[in-house]
Amino acid sequence: MSELDRRRAWQVAAAVPDPEIPVVTVADLGILRDVRIENGVAVAQVTPTYIGCPATLAIELAVEAALRDAGFEARVERVMSPPWTTDWITEEGREKLRAYGIAPPVQGGNSTRALFGETAAPCPRCGSDDTERVSEFGSTPCKALYRCRACKEPFDYFKCL
Amino acid sequence: MDQTVKDALFRQLVRLGDDCLVLGHRLSEWCGHAPMLEEDLAMPNMALDLIGQARALYTLAGEIEGKGRTEDDFAYLREEREFTNCLLVERPNGDFAHTMLRQLYFAAFMQPYWHAAQGSAHEGLAAIAAKAVKEMAYHVRHAGEWVIRLGDGTEESARRMRDAVEELHRFTPELFETDEVTRILAEAGVAPDPASLRPEWDRVVDEVFREARLERPQRFFPRSGGRAGLHGEDLGHLLTELQYVARAHPGARW
Repeated sequence: MSELDRRRAWQVAAAVPDPEIPVVTVADLGILRDVRIENGVAVAQVTPTYIGCPATLAIELAVEAALRDAGFEARVERVMSPPWTTDWITEEGREKLRAYGIAPPVQGGNSTRALFGETAAPCPRCGSDDTERVSEFGSTPCKALYRCRACKEPFDYFKCL
Repeated sequence: MDQTVKDALFRQLVRLGDDCLVLGHRLSEWCGHAPMLEEDLAMPNMALDLIGQARALYTLAGEIEGKGRTEDDFAYLREEREFTNCLLVERPNGDFAHTMLRQLYFAAFMQPYWHAAQGSAHEGLAAIAAKAVKEMAYHVRHAGEWVIRLGDGTEESARRMRDAVEELHRFTPELFETDEVTRILAEAGVAPDPASLRPEWDRVVDEVFREARLERPQRFFPRSGGRAGLHGEDLGHLLTELQYVARAHPGARW
């Protein structure tokens, strides 16, 4: 019974969309770490993306609300360790981002030791590698702004963290 | 964990939290005033990183202190003399060159700090460090590119960058100061000795300065006192703005 509850609670929490990029869910992003049933309470563990991401609280509240709507007593725990990196985004999540027009993070695209250098992000629309960075900081902390030289379209790049 | 180490860690977390909060606030002052749209996005973005780091650091400090203080208590309900940020971060924004140089000086220090703190014997600090180190890599790169662009730019931009070096360099030795707190933490393997980060900071700053055609000042008078709560006049004004709403409406929620 409890295992069934746990699985159902996971499914409910996992389906919560990201408030800023609603095409991906918290499970796609890999920020839903665990859901357990503890003394009849569904406890969801969520980890922040960027440490100062303003959506963190909104995500936690949304997960809690979704669990309550599904009939659970619910609590959300914020966990910091192990730290989230963009490698936690699932393959499905990366595909959804691309289809939405956001280039998914290039794995290993941000060396913490490199002083200079620019990540080559392929265009999510036409697939060309001939792109340029317009701004390293975009509309949200997790995105940078790029432009495709081939199809001339601007696009968001989900920054590698 | 030994009580002496705990006390030292508490003080260090507040120092780091204060550095991040004050610089985060300074960067947020640019919102709507940046010289171009991309920078108007970049500076509040970096402010968010820093304020997020401050929140995590204050929360951990409150847990270690064990007196029930929250992140808000640290940010809003302490007086100027209780803030132990380094003087560099409270310096007024000045022009864009000043802001970018201040950012480079600070980020080039914090990046190796967080890099080393990932191996902290304290799990909570190690977790914050592991996230912050990656964010800080963006800050170093962003500021470094601007310092080069302006330093090796027009006559006007180069002059402004040289003025910024002249004004801000004297606040950098304070970053590397050691005292009882840093010694206890370094010996316990909890947090790095700031002095040990000097070679990495020198390497990054020298590399940027070489490309920017800037020189370090030959002679300057180092300023410090921030870690002891001795600040310049500017911090009081900053806190007045930062704390006003929280103090005018105690305990308000929305």
